[in-house]
This record gives sequence, structure tokens and C-alpha cells, in this order.
Amino acid sequence: MITPRRWHAAAEALLLPAGALAAALLAFGLFIWFGGGSPSEAWTLLFMGAFGDAFSWQNTLQRAAPLMLTALAVALPARAGLTVIGGEGALVLGALGCAGLPYLFPGLAGAGGSLLILLAGAGVGGAWVAIAGLLRQKRGVNETISSLLLGYIAIALFKHFVEGPMRDPASLNKPSTRPLEDSLRIGAIAPDSLLGDVHWGLVIGLLLCLAAGLWLSFTASGFALRVVGGNARAARLVGLPTDRLIVLACTLGGAAAGLAGAVEVAAVHTSANASLIAGLGYTGILVSFVARHNPWAIPPAAILFGGFAAAGSLLQRRMGQPDASVLVLQGFAFVFILAAEALRGRLFQLEVPRMVRLRVVPARRRVAT
Amino acid sequence: MSINDWIDLLLAIVGGAVRVGTPYLFVSLGECLTEKSGRINLGLEGVLVFSAMAGFGGAYLSGSPWLGVLLAGCSGAALALLHGLLCSLQRVSDIATGIALMLLGAGLAFYLGKPLIQPQAPQIPSIELGAWSTSPSVQSALSINALFPIGVLLAVLLAWGLRNTRWGLTVRMVGDSSDAARALGTSVNGVRIAATTAGGFIAGLGGASLSLYYPGSWNEGLSSGQGLIAVALVIFARWSPLRCLGAALLFGGAGAIGPALQSVGVSGGYYLFNAVPYALTLAILIATCSPKRSLKGAPMELGLSR
Repeated sequence: MITPRRWHAAAEALLLPAGALAAALLAFGLFIWFGGGSPSEAWTLLFMGAFGDAFSWQNTLQRAAPLMLTALAVALPARAGLTVIGGEGALVLGALGCAGLPYLFPGLAGAGGSLLILLAGAGVGGAWVAIAGLLRQKRGVNETISSLLLGYIAIALFKHFVEGPMRDPASLNKPSTRPLEDSLRIGAIAPDSLLGDVHWGLVIGLLLCLAAGLWLSFTASGFALRVVGGNARAARLVGLPTDRLIVLACTLGGAAAGLAGAVEVAAVHTSANASLIAGLGYTGILVSFVARHNPWAIPPAAILFGGFAAAGSLLQRRMGQPDASVLVLQGFAFVFILAAEALRGRLFQLEVPRMVRLRVVPARRRVAT
Repeated sequence: MSINDWIDLLLAIVGGAVRVGTPYLFVSLGECLTEKSGRINLGLEGVLVFSAMAGFGGAYLSGSPWLGVLLAGCSGAALALLHGLLCSLQRVSDIATGIALMLLGAGLAFYLGKPLIQPQAPQIPSIELGAWSTSPSVQSALSINALFPIGVLLAVLLAWGLRNTRWGLTVRMVGDSSDAARALGTSVNGVRIAATTAGGFIAGLGGASLSLYYPGSWNEGLSSGQGLIAVALVIFARWSPLRCLGAALLFGGAGAIGPALQSVGVSGGYYLFNAVPYALTLAILIATCSPKRSLKGAPMELGLSR
């Protein structure tokens, strides 16, 4: 009996998100239609703008890179049972840390310097989100609310420093920090090939998603983290260091989001400014939910939503749609992804053999009623 | 700064407490009602943005601010209804749905509100309580949003209704023990959907206050976390509508510090002063929450107070 059940679960894991996204696209088409646009044109443009040619692929991959990292910021705490959504705040502070390190150490240069500024971004982001984990474990403060509040405080700090103490006097219209030295910047992977401007951030994102998945699946601490997420009481009873694991998951998640901000500065913007506050942290929440907090499923989901974001400007140019049309599509996708969970056989169950018995009982009860 | 500057600053903060606090009041009342039924609606942030846009649009198109207020309430109720229905599905978490609603509400509002950024809509009238004074700063401090008395009335009504009516008892029962409610034949999901929708309507009035009174225009940065602060504010107010009123004024005052300082000419650290409400919320959460016991006054079914 177990084998078909597993097969069902695997099919569900693929079909439910796909169905939900199809429903979201359908709803988006209806929405465009109510506004007097042509749904088929919108769908075509979405596809063309995201995956139509080499240029749109480059755009898509560039946008997907930070999304992978901000999605990890949601996924890792989620596997420990926490709904932390402070990715946006960790991202902007990571960007600030990355742009700020050369202020403290003006001599930074070269690949070693690049590594240091990226680590600074990751460190700041990690420390910031760790606060949410600590508050939850030590004071019982709801981590969703505290992480969002921390996010708003982070954005205020970011604006204060970028427009105040750290402002580059040469940035007149758009307050920015001093631009990074050329040798500190992160370049394209293969500038002369089809990949074009796609920078090393994509590789960092892919590698970290891979590593996070390996950690969760094949290491003792990753396993312990999933036990904590499945049942924190049971984890405490068997003597797992619950507090430490939860704070660790928050720190690693925050570090991923901080790294996203640092990469955006080092590879795209070259200085910290308001363009960084572009909702990447919020889209990352959606990506993580679509991937069901599975790090290995994050890259395809990130590429999909990076693609939709890339197609947004095409919708704007060709159909005169407001730039918020992508947000509407994301909102629909989120709602349908959540609704799809109601159809799943059993949600958020750890793939732990011991949990199988727990999984069977509600299923039987549902048949009886 | 001279003595007069300090008095002006104080007056600006007191007046700002009502002006900035009115949206907090409505959203926290809406959230209070929702949470009393045992569900959290984090999506009130999205409701606030969406209803602010709808209220502005309604007032602009109809020419009447009160029709705009009504439309804001109804659109808030519609979004909250979606939250209520989604959460009634099996295994759908109310926190995750709230996050989804935050994104959806903001997305819809930015999309539909694009043409509303330029025009001016008729505003909600203000009640001039300061007409007796000759000082312009007293007059402006005591010029009060006409929605504010409605909010005060609503807080009293809600407090009385929850305590003394059959309907209030049902909501509290569903929030405290869904098993007991089911045993009595009450539809738990039905009551929760109704409470969430009504809460969305009330929160929508707060959105109207944002776009039709203060700041009094529609733009994409209109609400930045007020809806979320209101959720935390309900915890601070221990789920009592009357205490929500006091908490909303306190937070309104905290939110008014930045603009008030700017109005007397202090502009350094503007962004930091704007972050005061968030920091205050966090500080209050840290001070009031405890890992050992669930919060006093919290509905038992609420996932927030675990």
C-alpha cells in the first residue's frame, strides 16, 4: 500500500502547484479581460517576455538569482516550523552592509575584497533575522509579526544611512552610497556568450539552494531541524537543542537574504540606493511557498517568477498595463497555491519513517466520516 | 527651541495622535473582532491599501466622500471574505493566507489605482473642536477627522456587543472553544467567516481615513505597515475594543512625532522618527509576550498566542 501512496504524493507535488499556477494565469487573463485587454495577448507577452528569446532569458535569470536567496530566507525557517517573512529587511540591510564595508576598510580590493563584502552582507542579514528567532524562543513573540516589523525598521535604517551619513555627495538626484571600486564588483559569468549580463549571483543562488537541500536531507543537524519543524515538543522531549536550531535556521535564512542584497549591490547597482527596495523579499515568500519550502524546488519556482517579473515591462510597453500587473499575478498565484494545499493528501509532513503512522490516522478518519 | 516651539510640537503630536491614530483604531477594531472568533487576519494590511484605493476612487467618481467611505468598507469586506473562505479550507493556515492577502491587496490596489494618483477627491469633512481658540496651532491640532467619533462609537458598541449580546457570545465561544461551539450546533466556519468579513469592513473604513482625510490622497506608499502594526496593537490591547482606542491614540502619537518634528524645523533623522511606531510595537510585544503562559484575554483558539 505504501508504494502507490508515495507515487501519489510525488504526482501531487508536481500537479498541485502547476494547477494552481494555471488557475492563477487564468484568473489574471480574466482580470485583464475585465479591464478591456486581450487575455491571449497578455499570456503570449508573459511567455515571450520571460522565456521568448536569449535576451528575455538573460533578464529572467538575472531576476531569478536574488529570488532564490530571498526564498531560502523563508524556506529554512519554515522547515523549522516558523513563518518568517523578514527577507526584504534582511536584503536591504545586507546591501547596506556590503556597500558600507569599504567605508570602514578603504583598502579592500580584488576577489578577497569581494568575498568580504558579500560576507558582510550575509552577516548583517543573518543577525537581523536571528532577532526574530530569538524573540520567538526567548519571549514568545510571534515571529511573523516581529520579522515584518523588523523589516520596516530595516528599511527605515537603510533610508536613513543612504540619505544621511553614508550618502555619496556626488549622487544628486538619487541618494546613493559611494559606488564600489571596480575590482570589488561581481561580473558576468560569460559576457560574450548567450548568457550575456547574467552574473555570478545566479551561481551563488543555485549553489546555496543545492547546499540547503543537501543539508536538510542528508545531515544530522538538518534532520534535527526538520524534526523541530514537525513537532517542536517531540523534538524537545528527545533532547534536541530546539532553541539553537530555530535561531540557526533564522540566521541562515537571513544570511541568504542579506547575501541577495549584497549581490544586487556588487553585481547590479554598484551602490546601495532605493532601487534595492523592489519587493524582492516579498516575491521570495511566494517563491518559497510555491516550492513548498523545499530548497531544491526553489530554483525553478524562482526562474518562473523572475520570468513573470521580466515580462512585466513588456506588458507595460505593449499593452499599456500598469507595472503592478505582475503584483496582481503574484497575488493570484499566492491565493491559488494556498487553496491547492487543501487538495493535498497530507501537507507539511516530514519524510520521516516514524511519522508514517501519524499520517495514516487522519486519512482513515476522513474516509469514515 | 523656545518654549513656544515645544508647545507647538506637543500640540502637533496630540493632534497627530488623532489624525494618524484613526486608521489604527479602525484596523485594530476589525482585527479585534476577527481574532475574537479565533482567526488572525494578517492580510488587513492588504485590506487597508486596497480599501484606501477603493474609497478614494469611489469619492472621486461619485463626488461624495461618504459614498467613498462606504465603498472602502465594502471592498475591505470583500477581501476579508476571501480570507475567511480560504481559511475555512482544510489545512490552510491563516497566517499564510494573510501574507497572500497582503500581496494581493497591494497588487490590486496599485493596479486599479494607477489612474487615481493625480486627481483630487472630495475629502471627509473635519470637525473643528478648536474654534474657541485664536491660536492656529491649537485649531489645527483640534481639527478632528469626522470618522474618528464613528470609530469611538464603534469601539464602545463592539465592547458592549461582545459582552452583552447573544451574537457576541457566539463569536467569543467560537474563538475560545470550537469544540464547544460545534457541540452546540454552531457553524464554526460560518461564524468565523462572518466575523472576518465584518472585521474587513471596519478595517476598510480605516483605509478610507487614510486616502480621504490624512494624508488625503492616493499613492502607492500610502500604507506602510499600519495594518500590521494594528495586528500587534490588538495584542497590546489584550483583545479589548476599548483598550484598542487608547492603543490607537498612543500609536498615532508615536507616528506623529516624525511629521511634527519636521513641521517645527527638525529634519535630521526623519526616517528614524518614522520608524518609531514599528520599534514601539516591537518593544511592546517583547514586554507583553511570554513563552511560559498564553496571554491574558487571548481567545483560546488563536494561533498567535501559543
